[in-house]
Amino acid sequence: MLGEGILKGLAETAKNFAGSFFSAERLTTVQYPEDRIAPIEAARVFPILIYDGLDWEAGLRCVACQICEKECPPKCIFIEKSKDKKPDALGKQQFYPAEFDIDISVCMSCQICVEVCPFEAIKMDTVYELSTEDRFQGLLLDRRQLARPNRYFQQIHPTDAGVVDARLAADKVKSDAKAKAAVDATAAKAAAAAALQSVTAPKPGEGN
Amino acid sequence: MTTPGLARRKSKLDDWNRPPVILPSGDGELLEVAMGPHHPSTHGVFRMDVALDGERVIRLKPVFGYLHRNHEKIAEGISYLGSMPYTDRLDYICPLTNNWAYALAVEKLTGQEVPERAEYLRVILGELTRIQNHASSIGFLIQEMGASGTPLMYAFREREKILDLFEALTGARMMCNYMRFGGCRVDATPAWLDATRKVVVGLPAFVDEFEQLLRSNEILMARTQGVGILPPQLAVNAGVTGPMLRASGVNYDIRKVDSYGIYNRFNFRVPLGDHWDVYDRFMIRMLEMRESIKILEQALKEIPGGPVMDPKAKIRGFRPKPGEAYGRIEAPKGELGFYLISDGGTNPYRYRVRPPSLINLTVLEDMCLGSDIADVVLIFGSVDIVLGEVDR
Repeated sequence: MLGEGILKGLAETAKNFAGSFFSAERLTTVQYPEDRIAPIEAARVFPILIYDGLDWEAGLRCVACQICEKECPPKCIFIEKSKDKKPDALGKQQFYPAEFDIDISVCMSCQICVEVCPFEAIKMDTVYELSTEDRFQGLLLDRRQLARPNRYFQQIHPTDAGVVDARLAADKVKSDAKAKAAVDATAAKAAAAAALQSVTAPKPGEGN
Repeated sequence: MTTPGLARRKSKLDDWNRPPVILPSGDGELLEVAMGPHHPSTHGVFRMDVALDGERVIRLKPVFGYLHRNHEKIAEGISYLGSMPYTDRLDYICPLTNNWAYALAVEKLTGQEVPERAEYLRVILGELTRIQNHASSIGFLIQEMGASGTPLMYAFREREKILDLFEALTGARMMCNYMRFGGCRVDATPAWLDATRKVVVGLPAFVDEFEQLLRSNEILMARTQGVGILPPQLAVNAGVTGPMLRASGVNYDIRKVDSYGIYNRFNFRVPLGDHWDVYDRFMIRMLEMRESIKILEQALKEIPGGPVMDPKAKIRGFRPKPGEAYGRIEAPKGELGFYLISDGGTNPYRYRVRPPSLINLTVLEDMCLGSDIADVVLIFGSVDIVLGEVDR
């Protein structure tokens, strides 16, 4: 019968139309911005810089090694290395970024900077409402605007943060042990040297 | 079902290697129309310069390049890893298969092994990509026919579920950037696999519903059967691949021919068309979705534990030995290949993409000549292209 196929199709449409009143699965949209879907943990938008402690400038994990700047595919990261050094979280003297800018109008959220960073210093944010009226400065973020405390990272990516924190804590323990061993070794060396000196030191009045 | 038009058109195609010469009727002048680049049916920015005699197409010249982004040359200037996110932007409907093809090419170049679990994850993601690509391409095709909304909306409702899975695993809905040389970037959690199983269980019902809605619709059959015939000889000569080639009756699926990855472990069939027209291309996509569901069910059942990344793999700063490699996969649109030449540096010396969309598009004129201008839109839609991949 001509038209049978069309009627069959219309029956499907009718089923869907009626179903949308009863089945939540058939309603896939939410009324943004009043309603929002739950945040997704793996989501990534733009990079942020993580700092430890309370002072953002002193606690920045970044040591300005510039790997992310080199690897960034659209080249949207600009880093200027500092002239002097400051101690990092492990107490080692490190360079720090005197300038760290990310142009988020160029950034394509690919997460490669995060993957290549050996210091867990750069991570992805999940904030997506970032529109601005300023076409130039508004989207060029400097290190002050990029800095976020570690607890913020723990809040947005709890699983990742757990792994990262465990790794950093293990590093800290290792480096502390190493530092302690180094201190002990220096002390032992000094003691040995002192002992040696006391044995071999020329007695006053003997030389020449 | 054969139509008289089909037999007539098939008989015209004796000399299959040359486009049929369609002569104007002689009363009046030809009208030249530039369809596009802003025509809504061109899936982006694509232009067809058509010469019309009344409503009949006498000549058709495809013009593209409006979306050229210099992908290949950029890739020669950055590291191997740096090109991975750019491959997402080639065929932006199916980013994960693009990732896969590129990862495969680099793995061939460096001789890396991929862990078993990563292979399974790649198959799962690749087949999910195929389903959502075919569903949305059918939706677009029907929309261009005038059924504005309904089938496309049903297709996108299903695509939404698959994109949610992609986002939960890779962090992005379309620009996934997930696969790496020697594995995958992050491991799938058991919760993610359960969510995928749930989506896959619901998929056959969706395909049934979609087929019920469209398959026997008289308007659709009248518009598509016997339209845009692509004979198998021409398809093979032009290098056409993917669902278009199989709709022309040629049994060629790289998953079977090459069995890259672990495809030889799965039990699936390759649907073939025997009328070579737009309706066949539409039906082949429908059937391929069913086969993809079969593969997904097997893969989700068998997926083993273990690492997802080769522990020896370096993601940056590696230097492959001088040489060349060609990695190819059966992407939803056809054979997607990446050809790389290494000169021993950290960047590829030459980086070439073999895009299925562009090469499938080369037979557009042959399919369109002699048909009505309204059918050109349909024939073009049945090729299933994405301009990001055509122009690169």
